[in-house]
Amino acid sequence: MNIDVTFLSTWVLPAVFLGPLIAAVITFVLGAGAITRYIGLLVPLGVFVVAVLLVLTTMDGQVVVSQIAGWPGGVSIAFVGDLLSALMLGVSALLVFTSMVFAFAAGLGIERWFVPTVLIMTAGVYGAYVTADLFNLFVMIEVALLPSYILMSRRGTLTSLRAARLYLIVNLTASTLFLAGLGAVYGVTGTVNMAALAGLGVLPVVGIATGVIVIALMLKAALVPTHSWLPATYPYTSPAITALFSGLLTKIGVYALVRIISLIYEPGQLVTVIVVVACVASMVIGVLGALGEGTIRGVLTFHMVSQVGYILVGVVLAGAVGLAAVVFYLIHHTIVKTSLFLTGGTVEHEEGTGIIRRLGGLARAHPIASFAFLLAALSLIGIPPFSGFWAKLGVLNAAVDAGSVVVFVVALVVSVGTLGSMLKLGSGVFWGSPKGARDEEDEETPSDVTVGAETVGATGLAIDVATEVEAPPVTKWRPLLVFPGLALALVSLGIGLYPEWLLALADTAGESLADPVAYVSAVLGSGPS
Amino acid sequence: MTLAIAVGFLAAVGTWLIVRGGAVRLILGFILLGHAANLVIIAAGGTFRREAPLVNDQLLAQNAADPLPQAFVLTAIVITFGVTVYLLSLVARTAKQSSKTEDETIGHIEGQEEASS
Repeated sequence: MNIDVTFLSTWVLPAVFLGPLIAAVITFVLGAGAITRYIGLLVPLGVFVVAVLLVLTTMDGQVVVSQIAGWPGGVSIAFVGDLLSALMLGVSALLVFTSMVFAFAAGLGIERWFVPTVLIMTAGVYGAYVTADLFNLFVMIEVALLPSYILMSRRGTLTSLRAARLYLIVNLTASTLFLAGLGAVYGVTGTVNMAALAGLGVLPVVGIATGVIVIALMLKAALVPTHSWLPATYPYTSPAITALFSGLLTKIGVYALVRIISLIYEPGQLVTVIVVVACVASMVIGVLGALGEGTIRGVLTFHMVSQVGYILVGVVLAGAVGLAAVVFYLIHHTIVKTSLFLTGGTVEHEEGTGIIRRLGGLARAHPIASFAFLLAALSLIGIPPFSGFWAKLGVLNAAVDAGSVVVFVVALVVSVGTLGSMLKLGSGVFWGSPKGARDEEDEETPSDVTVGAETVGATGLAIDVATEVEAPPVTKWRPLLVFPGLALALVSLGIGLYPEWLLALADTAGESLADPVAYVSAVLGSGPS
Repeated sequence: MTLAIAVGFLAAVGTWLIVRGGAVRLILGFILLGHAANLVIIAAGGTFRREAPLVNDQLLAQNAADPLPQAFVLTAIVITFGVTVYLLSLVARTAKQSSKTEDETIGHIEGQEEASS
């Protein structure tokens, strides 16, 4: 590739983190307005362009490194762009862009805090993808989390405040654990540079110290048995924000687990066995829990637990093949889940409720949104020719390679459960009898998560006015609400129809994760960089 | 050894406070847990080396205190402080809200009654 690597490493990598931060300051000073909204859309676009450049540079296994402040490798905090980081950056930027479009269409753009907080959050996420230092990773995660606390509680209703409190407590616990683990890792190795730690997990003392960090990250990624906070918090904020959270925040945990486990541990160690067991349990429990939920986003968030299991199970199976499956699944899942959240969010915004019992038969009046849902749901289940098919095939392939019958069987059987929960949504919301034909009684459900209840908070934050209005049944849904979900569903279809390029990229990424020589030598500065 | 005992004590009391329930106990518990984690990091630097590093050219490396854990802890303290303040304000807001609408029932999120705060 004929892209100047020095330019990339000197300017572009730090800009991925600094750019959104600077943009956040600018948008905060400007206040809510058209320019702020444009900046909010342009920044993820810019990051996407950068990510494409990075992918083109690193697709042959090259690693781009920026040693911050020019300190020698091993001493400095390094920002690293390898293929996995580049792909994650790209897919994250894509979903931030679409979620932003959706959020503005839903009216969140008139809040002064919205664009700056989201920008800071994304800065932390991008930073977490490119950092090669465990402590820096901790800081980046916190940078991403602090704005998310604000976004979580922004409605100011009792329900959302309680959800925010739970969310904050869970993340504080995880952060404290992470910190303690960091101390332990530094104590036993004298470094927190991930490249310097590569392969050290075979030493029991390092393995246990890093294991503390792994547990903290499992909590953040919502793997069973630490999953129950996820469905209790994510559905209680605005749909656009749920989509952002699902695509960004749990994914940092997943990404960090992939990076740390593949870099530090060898397959077959106790910690990796624990992770496999947790993944398989997540696949089963997540899908069963999703069947029991009563709201659109409730089903989708509980189902995330299952999908996180699918993503991570490959990390510890079959080396490069498994890791390639992880990379592909991670990208597929981010796109499809965001699409489903956005389409579900459209229903909530336009129909005033996300309670499945009160919805039904929407497909007749809203064919395009229903089509978007259908595409994304089919992809999630894993039916060809969608990206989900290739993703699941990769996981099954890895299970066969590793000779793990349990993973193979569970991955297949759980797909049926996914089918069940998507059927529940499909028949309950889009197809089936319209809500008029069903029970009309208006009793208060305890877990009422209506968007219509989005009343003006105690702080007097201006809140989306459009959702306040009780939408008459036949109004056309706002195209800008429908479009983002549809676009992402089509991306999934596109990947499914032409999977070769992404499969090839995932293979390369998997290989370099399984054998991180290039990563290590680039970060430590001992090889050509 | 002193540090190990201190970490154990802080973590134990912190966990106990969190598990006991109640908003204020919860926050105090997290503060103590945070201190425990910070002490772990300080201990990781080796507390037997006490001399100020970098300022004195004649100082032998084995006598200089490790500045890195101190930087870690400083960062961590600032972050924990910010989060704790936000948690406090959140608890206060929740208490205010729930006293306004007392009959609202929430099935999904189990939280202790705010009355204890």
